[in-house]
Amino acid sequence: MVVPRFWRERRYRYNLIGTRCPECGTVYFPPRNVCPKCGRKSLGKMEEFQLSGEGKVYSYTIVHQNVLGFKYQKPYIMAIIETPEGPKITGQIVDVEPEKVYIGMPVKAVFRRIAEDGKAGIIQYGYKFVPDWNKMELEKEGT
Amino acid sequence: MVGIVTYGSYIPIYRIKTAEIARMWGDSPEHPEKGLNIQSKSVPGYDEDAATIAVEALRNALRRKNIPSEKIGAIFVGSESHPYAVKPTASLIAEVIGSYNAHAADLEFACKAGTAAMQNVYAMVKAGMIEYGVAIGTDTSQGQPGDALDYSASAGGTAFIIGKEGVIAEINETVSFVTDTPDFWRREGQRYPSHGGRFTGEPAYFKHIISAAKLLMEKMGTTAKDYDYVVFHQPNGKFPYRVGKRLGFTKEQIDPGLLTPYIGNTYSGATPTGLSAVLDISKPGDRILAVSFGSGAGSDAFDITVTEEMERFNRDAAPKVWDMIKRAKYIDYATYLKFRRMIVEVD
Amino acid sequence: MRDVAIIGAGETKYGEHWEKSLRDLAVEAGLKALEDAGICAEDIQAIFGGNMSAGSFVGQDHVGALIADFAGLAETKIPALRIESACASGAAALHAGYMAVASGLYDIVLVGGVEKMTDLPGDMVTDILAGAADREWEVFLGATFPALGAMMAQRYMYEYGLTREQMALLPVIAHKHGAMNPDAHFQREVTVDQVLNAPMVADPLTIMNCSPVSDGAAAVVLASADIARKYTDSPIKISASVAANDYISLHARNSLTTSPSTIEAGKKAYKMAKKEPKDIDLVEIHDAFSIIALIGIEDLGFAKKGEGIKLAEEGQLYYDGDLPYNVSGGLKAKGHPVGATGVGQVVEIVKQLRNEAGKRQVPDARVGLAHNVGGTMTSSVVHILEVM
Repeated sequence: MVVPRFWRERRYRYNLIGTRCPECGTVYFPPRNVCPKCGRKSLGKMEEFQLSGEGKVYSYTIVHQNVLGFKYQKPYIMAIIETPEGPKITGQIVDVEPEKVYIGMPVKAVFRRIAEDGKAGIIQYGYKFVPDWNKMELEKEGT
Repeated sequence: MVGIVTYGSYIPIYRIKTAEIARMWGDSPEHPEKGLNIQSKSVPGYDEDAATIAVEALRNALRRKNIPSEKIGAIFVGSESHPYAVKPTASLIAEVIGSYNAHAADLEFACKAGTAAMQNVYAMVKAGMIEYGVAIGTDTSQGQPGDALDYSASAGGTAFIIGKEGVIAEINETVSFVTDTPDFWRREGQRYPSHGGRFTGEPAYFKHIISAAKLLMEKMGTTAKDYDYVVFHQPNGKFPYRVGKRLGFTKEQIDPGLLTPYIGNTYSGATPTGLSAVLDISKPGDRILAVSFGSGAGSDAFDITVTEEMERFNRDAAPKVWDMIKRAKYIDYATYLKFRRMIVEVD
Repeated sequence: MRDVAIIGAGETKYGEHWEKSLRDLAVEAGLKALEDAGICAEDIQAIFGGNMSAGSFVGQDHVGALIADFAGLAETKIPALRIESACASGAAALHAGYMAVASGLYDIVLVGGVEKMTDLPGDMVTDILAGAADREWEVFLGATFPALGAMMAQRYMYEYGLTREQMALLPVIAHKHGAMNPDAHFQREVTVDQVLNAPMVADPLTIMNCSPVSDGAAAVVLASADIARKYTDSPIKISASVAANDYISLHARNSLTTSPSTIEAGKKAYKMAKKEPKDIDLVEIHDAFSIIALIGIEDLGFAKKGEGIKLAEEGQLYYDGDLPYNVSGGLKAKGHPVGATGVGQVVEIVKQLRNEAGKRQVPDARVGLAHNVGGTMTSSVVHILEVM
């Protein structure tokens, strides 16, 4: 049974904590120890940065053939979410019918079970996304 | 003044109609609505459990009013469906909000573990041990398929942060009543709970709620008329009216906090979420009586007064209970079994 | 640096080899290449083997040593190194072999690629292949490899108005060619309707937009160009061997519709070979998913961004068209034994440049380009080959 591999990421996954480069201000998620833009100048200086959990669908797909552990969620929606802070994040979109998802759809992060190590192992929690219904309604009113 | 500083709830989006459950088990489709006054119940998604519900409820509370994590000195999570048999839910909550010095513990007392959590936090704040504390009632309760509980056992939860500063609802007093009455139980290793059928009514639910409510009202010198709202534990949609009538409460006092007809019995989440629904609409000066019931058996009663602070409180920063009740996706019985992992194993 | 030539090439049939193991396949391809070169095993000075995941597929690591041993080379004590770059492992091994000969360290090396994939059930294969993406921040969250490809496709459709019907032309072309290749996994033609109506893997990609799970191996023998003619009358020069990399996860990139590593590898390869896209007589482009092939066609300079599919619509990509594309059948029809694929692409180009490709022979082929990628176009390796 695997514990530390998931345990060490818990803070980042529970609260969408990434890193920010103090040299150029770029925010990264997942966290990086080196800023790809600033290289060595950023080493040892990267700061933790928590994302708001808001975002929009940048791209998505409906998965019919799953990776291990996702069999009973088929078909499920995977998406890349653009965040206002900068980074894009890969995650599931839940609580919505696949046919209602579109590129540009406002979403927000929620706390869910992601995977579990069999019936006896640990449960791994983290982020998924759900439609931000309030924002969608505001958008509708706007048009 | 000690009381609720902020609060938030979470109800999963999925629902199953009780007529669909009745269709499955050969009962008349009107039976659950007529007999239990439950038309639908909430169902957790495949990826939800008591811990995820607790986190979402607490985050909703913090959206309304952010309390710095280092000021939170206690976290109690009441549930009868903690995701692990051994490994606390409260430590997960502490990690999520970053309250690493909090006193954290899980509680279990059937459907009253949530109000037990409130009492513990209330006591610690009142004693001056902590500045703020988190009390959560959360459950993804399970009834055995085909059992009477299949119509009601549902999912949801509510988090309260209790403190002395910025109190929106003062807890004037809280009392309890407890006896050793096994009306509902689950032995170690058993998958589903068992219950005493009609024995869960008079000697259990009614006796404990009435005893705790009367004790509190005697202590406070109040009668039913002194309260604007009353929230009772709600295992079905009928008991709260019946117990209310016996204590002198009207339908108008009960209805705003009676959620079971639409979302079923959220167990440890039930009384806290009913109270949350009342706080969603209450005004300064409103007085609320809340009485939980947990099988086995006991009741916790609370006398609460909404303060002027409610005017400045940002209730709209998180979804209100009735809005979450209205946002529903209905599923069939087979999907319900799949979501509840009753016909599938972990792959 | 000195010039390097391919003096021998061989491969197994791609497909489901129920009776053949990892080592059987690798040894078969290696010996065919040696035989083709007309040399003995003792003439080989080093082996570079591409393999993505034998450790997961069959529980076997230390693949280089295993293959050298069962090829009968243990007594020669020559080095045998495994090279891994996900689905680009094969081309990466060729890149390593090229460097080894070009540098002057060795005169003759064997480059192979092998994957034995069909021993495991489908969901386990899907999980292993997903290891080419970021396990902790893509796969852990539920992304399969086709799901990532599908998100590239979805975004491409959004940005450029590509339709599923248009995208289906690429597998149709690949299968047309595969039907003429006796070593291909699938040797039958398919229609646009069959592609569209096939089971959905990850919307908008059906199973017919995705390469199959195949077993197979391929090998080439490299020699320094100055001695190549001692062994063969038709050596094929490696005019360019370039590898490039990008962010491993799709979400870390600015765009999902272009591959900076393919652009980089392509540009450098053209410069190294002193060629332009118009000089290329045939291409083997990595078509693990139709969308990756389309992006590859554009990023290698054969079409403007958003217009690559026109080449398919105009019929230019057939073996008798202006830009013969995946004449072998490509990953889609020839098959995709991941570690072998990059070497297999080059084996096809060698056959074409030697005019030995039979029914699918591209007329007057003198210069060919092979494009092999690992991950979601994370690692790109481009080789340009030409008749010496």
